[in-house]
Order: sequence, then structure tokens, then C-alpha cells
Amino acid sequence: MTDLFGVPIQALLGQVLLGLVNGSFYAVLSLGLAVIFGLLNIINFAHGALYMLGAFLAWMGLSYFGLNYWVMLIVAPILVGAFGILLEKTLIRHLYKLDHLYGLLLTFGITLLLEGVFRSFYGVSGQPYATPALLQGGVNLGFMYLPIYRAWVVVASIVVCLATWFMIEKTRLGALLRAGTENPKLVEAFGVNVPRMVTLTYGFGVALAGFAGVLAAPVMQVSPLMGSNLIIVVFAVVVIGGMGSIMGSILTGLGLGVIEGLTKVFWPEASNTVVFIIMVIILLLRPAGLFGKEK
Amino acid sequence: MKLRTLPAILALAGFGAIAPLHAAGISNDVIRIGFITDMSGVYSDIDGPAGGDSIRMAIEDIGGEINGKKIELLVADHQNKADIASARAREWFDEQKIDVLIGGTNSSTSLAMAGVAAEKKKPFIAVGAAASDLTNAQCTPYTVHWAYDTTALARGTGSAVVNAGGKDWFFLTADYAFGHALERDTVAVVKAAGGNVLGNVRAPLSTTDFSSFMLQAQSSGAKILGLANAGGDFINSVKAAREFGVTPGMNLAGLLVFINDVHALGLDATQGMYLTSGWYWDMDDESRQWAARFQEKHKRMPSFLQAGDYSAASYYLRGVKETGTDDADTLMKWMKSNRVNDFFAKDGYVREDGQMIYDMYLVQVKTPEESTREWDYYKIVERLPGESVYGSLEESTCKLVKK
Repeated sequence: MTDLFGVPIQALLGQVLLGLVNGSFYAVLSLGLAVIFGLLNIINFAHGALYMLGAFLAWMGLSYFGLNYWVMLIVAPILVGAFGILLEKTLIRHLYKLDHLYGLLLTFGITLLLEGVFRSFYGVSGQPYATPALLQGGVNLGFMYLPIYRAWVVVASIVVCLATWFMIEKTRLGALLRAGTENPKLVEAFGVNVPRMVTLTYGFGVALAGFAGVLAAPVMQVSPLMGSNLIIVVFAVVVIGGMGSIMGSILTGLGLGVIEGLTKVFWPEASNTVVFIIMVIILLLRPAGLFGKEK
Repeated sequence: MKLRTLPAILALAGFGAIAPLHAAGISNDVIRIGFITDMSGVYSDIDGPAGGDSIRMAIEDIGGEINGKKIELLVADHQNKADIASARAREWFDEQKIDVLIGGTNSSTSLAMAGVAAEKKKPFIAVGAAASDLTNAQCTPYTVHWAYDTTALARGTGSAVVNAGGKDWFFLTADYAFGHALERDTVAVVKAAGGNVLGNVRAPLSTTDFSSFMLQAQSSGAKILGLANAGGDFINSVKAAREFGVTPGMNLAGLLVFINDVHALGLDATQGMYLTSGWYWDMDDESRQWAARFQEKHKRMPSFLQAGDYSAASYYLRGVKETGTDDADTLMKWMKSNRVNDFFAKDGYVREDGQMIYDMYLVQVKTPEESTREWDYYKIVERLPGESVYGSLEESTCKLVKK
């Protein structure tokens, strides 16, 4: 067996694969943030809380209504999206003309509210959510044991990410969305209802967070704090990828997942910090991020 | 005339000299208890707001006042940050004139608060912190350590696992004061019993994904995965261990497990696990009664830390009642020369290094079949005598211990 810095290559392969699994969570979450920032110019700090909401809805669906994982994988993102639309219509839309900071403060407040409500009902220890029967067990890949569910997470995330990218970059609807943010007056003159389009975009962005939440429910304990543990890293991913860049955040999410996974082998104590060290370096060298365009 | 007044003057003078020792009374006409813990983070279920309510129960049970002086409780969140904990403690000693500080979960915050309390010469009772350093290298004349410490956990759970044949260990450790202390103390127990430590990995507090560490543990060839972490980190590592097929190839040794963790993971995932606990709600009638009061308010059973909060506060208040003062030195002396007797501890005592010595329990988590009702989770395997489960004074590195 060959070694790399004292770690067998086979073990490293396993860690790279795991990094991809975690990276796909980062990708789906940062994609939602990038869509919202790119089209609405809102720094959506509530993203982590809405991810947590998605996971809790999955758990509630199962324990209160007997709705299984597959049903909730569709229903929970729709509910989270609807909740997002409500937030956008009542609160967030008043802030579009103001500085980014106001949007950040508002959505941060929404996060605290949501987390607080769930904490007071369910505590922080969280609720267990079983892996769906179809995806239980695992396969031995020779160099590691891969739970089938983790493989499913990677596949589902990549499909959703690519579909989103295709819709925004390659379809007529996506073109209208991008045009609407560049020059809303002109697009409205063509008879497009821009405010409604913006509302639906926010709903779609947070639905992605809800989707990631359902994906995470069987892997992580469903707990009110699960979002805040993740959101800061996801923001760093968006910043490194370039604020608002769709493909940038997908690739950066996966890439950083792998780098973080490797750090857990070579220097585990730094695994929570490595993403931020990379962020500092990238911001010094390319202030607009890896895939961002300077304005 | 002069001859008759002379004895009176002498008597008065004599009285005056003794008076400050005995008649210090209650300062500021109020007995003020400060409680600083994690109120909203990873450890807020095992202590947190409900721990504060346990102290309130202790205040209520002594009548809410002593010698006509009201007992007050101040509560604050340290967010698991040592700097916030010490700044708040300092403010409370200086501005709020608290008479005693009770420190909740998280060793690094408690070590910081112990330093402040010693500087202000006020009693500090650490209930939720585990690090044995509190009564060893970093002991102070004003620190009392209640409920447990890492040495006791290591000797309780560590020896039980080694004796059951688990000789080869790999450690997954929370990367801060508590995890380091727990790993160090358990390694000592494992090695003393003839076991081997094949590797370790230190994960940052609140790591979201433990799967990478599970692969490292698997490839180490160890048979026992020692989890030197707590709360949410412990829960997520057990989940990852099951998912990645670490168990049943390896056995898990949870070195600090609370009943809330067992509840959150379910008996399926935890059955058969050995753990060390300072108290269990279903161990006797007195405990069941107190737990029922707690459950009525919080809709769940108390952890042994929440029971410890009650015990520590009521022991302190008993001291105030018996000595009639809230003077720090008088009470430290009282606490170190009396016995703790309540539902939590029988015949416990506070040693010169500040450790409260009492009997703990080695328990095993029941199987789903054995559990007959909600929160019926533990079988008590063995009573661990306080004298042997805590580090002895001979082993102590505390400078207060005369050798």
C-alpha cells in the first residue's frame, strides 16, 4: 500500500468521497443563497434556519402525520418555499432599496426567532430520524464502507444543482429573471410582473434550503441548532465562489467539502477553520471570488 | 465607679474583636446567588434554563428567605465562551454583589470563572463542568466541584469497559479543556489496566459531520471507540458510528453520557452502553419525588447535573442558615466541615481540594424490551464508592493539599 504524508492512499480516497458528500450539502445551500443574492441582492441569513425548518418538517411529517421520507422530500421544500414567500411579501420586500446590511439584520432576526421557537418546544438535543428503508445499509467499496444514503445525497444534490443552473442560465424564464434584476422597469414594460417573479425566486431559493434540510435529517440529529452550525461555512462558500455566481457556488461547495474532509485527516483541530483561511486568501487575491465578476 | 466600668469596657472591647467573625450577618440584606451556564447552545438541555429552575426549587424549599433576608437568583448565558463567562462573573461580583457563583456546563468557562471567584474571594461551585483540573492544577481555596469530574468518569466507565475485555482503544475527543482532560484521565485508566491506546483524533466543538473521524477510527484496528465528547457532539458521533458500520465491529464507550442523550438517540442506538452517572431519577423514592416535581414543570426527566444544581444550592443555603451569615470564608469553612445529605448525595463531603466526594453509579442502558415506560433507561450495575472513583489526595496536584 502506498502512503501520502504517512496516510495510506486508500484512506485518502475514502476521505475525498466523504468530502464530496458534505460538499453536496454546501452546494445545495450555497446555491440557494447565490440565487437569492444574485437576483434579489439580499444576504439571506435566515437560510440556515430554513434548512433546519425543512429537517423539522420532515420529522414532523413522519411523527405526527405518518408521511414518509419520499413524500416529505417533495412536501417540505414546498412548505418552506411558501413560508419564504410569506416572509418576502410581508417583510423582506421593504428592504430592496436599502443597504445590504438591513436585509442581513432582518434575516438574522428571523433566524433567532425560528431557532428560539423550536428550541423552546423541542430542546437542543434534537430528534432522531430514521434512514428510509430503501436507502438503508451500505456497500463496501474496498477502500471504505459507503452508506447507500450518503451516495443518494450526492446524486440528489447534483441533480438539483444542475437543474437549477440550467433553468437560470439556459431557459427563457431564467433569462427574464436575470433581465428583471438588471433593469426591472424595462422588463415590466414588456408586460412581465417583476415583483411576483422576485417573490417566487426567493421562495425557490429557500425551498432549496428546505430540500437540503430533508436530505440532512437522517444523517444529522434534527435539532434547532443544526442550521447555525452550518450557515457560516456556507456563507464562506458563497464568498469564495463569488457572490451570486450559480456554477461558482456549486463547484466551490463540492471543492471545499473535499478540502475540509482532507483537513480532518491531516490536522483535525483545524477542520472548522480551514474554510475561513481559504476565504481570506481568496479575498486577498481575487476580491470578487473565484467565479465572480468585478463590477 | 471607674473600677466597675473597667470590666465593662474590656468586655465590650473583647466583644468587638470577636464580633466581625460571628455577627457579619447577611451582606446587603440579601443572599444573592449567581448562575452562569450555557442557556441556548449544545449543552442547554443537560443544564441550561432547567438547571436554573432547579436552583429556584432549592430556594423555594428553604422558604425563599433566611433570617428574614430574601434569597435572589441571577441567571446568565455564557454561550460556551470563557471570556463572556469571566466578564459576567466579574461584573456580578463587583456590581451585583453576589455571594456565591454557581457555574454550569462547559469546563473552559468554569475554569475561567474559578479564577475570578478566587480573586474576589467568593465561593464558586462548579456543577456542570467536568475537567478534573478544577480541583487539581487549577484548584483555589474558593472552588467547590460538585456532581462529577473527568477522573470519576474515566474510572467508572473506563475500568468497566477494560474489565469487560475492551483493551484496544481509539479516542474521538472534543478539542477543548474538557475533552483533553477526559481523554488524559481515561488513557491513564486504560494503560493502568493493561490496555493500549492505538490512536486519537481531536474534533472541534460542534462539528457537524463525524463520518471522516469514523473512517480513521475504523482503520486504527482498535476495538473500543472512546467518545470523549458530550451533548450534540456525542449524539452525532453515535449516529455516524452506526451509519458507517463502525458498530458492531467496534464497541462504543461513551465517557460522558446524559439521560437526555439517551432519550434523543433512542434505546435502539444506545442499548447495552455502559456509562457513569452521579444520580438517576429512578434510583429511590426520594429521587423519584424530586424528579416528578421537575417533570411537571419541564415535561422531561432531569439530568444528574440539574439534580446537582439543586443539591449544591441547597447545601450552600443550609450553610447560610446554620452560620447566619453569607460571609465567604465562614461558608467555605462550613462547607468543608459538614456532610451533604439529600436525595442526590448520601454522606457526601467537600474535600480540602474542593472536590465533593460521594458515591456514583455505573449504569447500563436498557434494551427496548427491558424499558417499561418513558424515561425508563438505566439499570444500575454497580455503586462506585466516592473514595475510590475520585482521584485520591495523594494523587492530587492541588497546592492546597498538605502532603
